[in-house]
Amino acid sequence: MVLGTYKQITLGRSTDKEIQKISQDGGIVTALLTFALDEKLIDGAVVAGPSDEMWKPEATVALSSDEVMAAAGTKYTISPNNWVLKQAVRQYGLEKVGIVTIPCQTMGIRKMQSYPFGVRFLADKIALDIGICCTENFPFESLKTFISAKAGVDFDLVEKMDIGKGKFWVKTQDDLISFPIKETHGYEQNGCKVCLDLVSEMSDISTGSIGAPDKWSAIQVRTDIGETVFKQAVDAGAIELKPIDEGKFGLEMLTKLAKSKKEKAMKEIDRRKAMGLPVPYKGSSEKEDPLANV
Amino acid sequence: MLAKIKEFLGMEAKPKELASKEEVEKVAEEKARPRIGYVHLSGCTGDMMSLSENYDILAELLTNMVEIVYGHTLADVWEMPEMDLVLVEGSVCLQDEHSVKELMEAREKAGLLVALGSCAATGCFTRYSRGGQQAQPNHESFVPIADLVKVDAAIPGCPPSPEIIAKVVVAVINGDMDYLQPMIDLVGYTEACGCDLQYKVVNQALCIGCGTCAMACQTRAITMTDGRPELNSARCVKCGICYIQCPRSWWPAEQINKDLGL
Ligand SMILES: Cc1cc2nc3c(=O)[nH]c(=O)nc-3n(C[C@H](O)[C@H](O)[C@H](O)COP(=O)(O)OP(=O)(O)OC[C@H]3O[C@@H](n4cnc5c(N)ncnc54)[C@H](O)[C@@H]3O)c2cc1C
Ligand code: SF4
Ligand code: SF4
Ligand code: SF4
Repeated sequence: MVLGTYKQITLGRSTDKEIQKISQDGGIVTALLTFALDEKLIDGAVVAGPSDEMWKPEATVALSSDEVMAAAGTKYTISPNNWVLKQAVRQYGLEKVGIVTIPCQTMGIRKMQSYPFGVRFLADKIALDIGICCTENFPFESLKTFISAKAGVDFDLVEKMDIGKGKFWVKTQDDLISFPIKETHGYEQNGCKVCLDLVSEMSDISTGSIGAPDKWSAIQVRTDIGETVFKQAVDAGAIELKPIDEGKFGLEMLTKLAKSKKEKAMKEIDRRKAMGLPVPYKGSSEKEDPLANV
Repeated sequence: MLAKIKEFLGMEAKPKELASKEEVEKVAEEKARPRIGYVHLSGCTGDMMSLSENYDILAELLTNMVEIVYGHTLADVWEMPEMDLVLVEGSVCLQDEHSVKELMEAREKAGLLVALGSCAATGCFTRYSRGGQQAQPNHESFVPIADLVKVDAAIPGCPPSPEIIAKVVVAVINGDMDYLQPMIDLVGYTEACGCDLQYKVVNQALCIGCGTCAMACQTRAITMTDGRPELNSARCVKCGICYIQCPRSWWPAEQINKDLGL
């Protein structure tokens, strides 16, 4: 199962015009977090908020819809969201924390919940984990370098970045520049090369752009918690749905990309193991399903 | 080792649906009470306090389920009896003959010996001891108990969270060996340091900047700088928790999926 276990898979987007304008894709993350805040399903959310530096996110505890909205949009560099979970619970005193996580962050949270060795009274305060799709991530200096070198754009002028249709897109006020995603290879962080998870398989609800038309999102509803929140958000009209296309530009594409990410990672995992390097995952000969995230 | 723990309490796997409290009560009715000892060496009592914070199961556990047969503050005995399980809190001071003797004796008289807390498991902050202080200037060398005796399982943490202690209790009751496996594996992790993140994760091309280590550190010795953990070694107590919680150190995927119902 290259997309992990899910109860429901669908396309969706936020019905809020403001969210549609500022969000990366269908605004599912922002729609769900603001809805959960308004309905008091969560009393705060950890997001990759803005910092003093353009495009450099700062992991932030958002207490209001405005603060969640301020974090909308993808920043293609590291935002250590898990770090501020403790701040959310200890300093802000939150009892029900929402968080948005890329797959490897989801893994850190879930491991902590199953084995909270030194983490006291925090595991049960995570009320909602919204996972986002991730193929790879870049150190900030990498991002800056290839934006200026490959796209030839002044970093400060960038209005939006996106990955899609095999390309990295850079939007400025006047221009839309793209270059093949292949050309970013060598700039991604090394830990990503053994990552087996595209779709945040262990989140409550996961979402990404792959398999969805422009400004819509593909969504997988996974856990009981995820199902409850998602259903409420849809019933309340915060999110509108349409079925995902089963074909080449929909589910097929998502499955294909999840599979190829896993195959690539397995090759690297096997290669590293053969060299005697440590990897926390099993080699392909050590597991039943060679593509499982174990 | 596995069979030994499974035998402990003489319990077979039980249906998972039972909540921990019901589980504890049910077992309490059925089984002879295992005999537990608590050996307190060079630790701060934090581990015992953490254990005792499990109010919902503690009363049942102590009154009906286990029998505390040895422990300085817990049982009024001088002679160490035979025990099914002994929990050891604290590192052992090599110059303190009483501690060394008590640990050795515990190993002899206990079926299973568990290092509870990072002082027992990794030495934790007692690793910094250099002697030369009152009241015993020659008490200089504090080591994790696995340096002297065979340890069957370790539950590190400074202190371990009340939740992990409760989870271990429930797993032992259920004979859930899959859950306990990491505790058995961690016995070998006796030289812990915040710098393990650099050596064992960043240097090995594994770090992905998730921030879990910085969240887990109980002394806030770690900040995240440019997407990587940065250690303030003056704050590090060498408990090992940052590396243990890192998703790139070991990866219990099956357990997580089970816990999430996936
Ligand atoms: C590094 C990275 C790589 C990605 N790669 C892919 C991909 O290959 N394919 C794909 O379909 N989708 C990918 N995504 C996800 C995609 O870009 C969107 O973030 C996702 O579809 C959610 O869109 P949205 O409109 O629902 O979110 P929005 O409503 O715009 O909200 C986005 C949320 O993401 C959070 N966020 C932004 N940047 C980061 C970050 N660096 N780390 C953690 N959280 C962050 C913000 O806090 C915000 O809450 C990637 C995301 C990241 C961060
Ligand atoms: S590819 Fe995997 S490891 Fe890399 S940032 Fe994305 S989720 Fe994390
Ligand atoms: S917990 Fe995350 S940030 Fe810390 S060392 Fe491990 S992978 Fe890196
Ligand atoms: S950095 Fe923190 S968590 Fe890691 S060993 Fe030191 S004190 Fe423990």
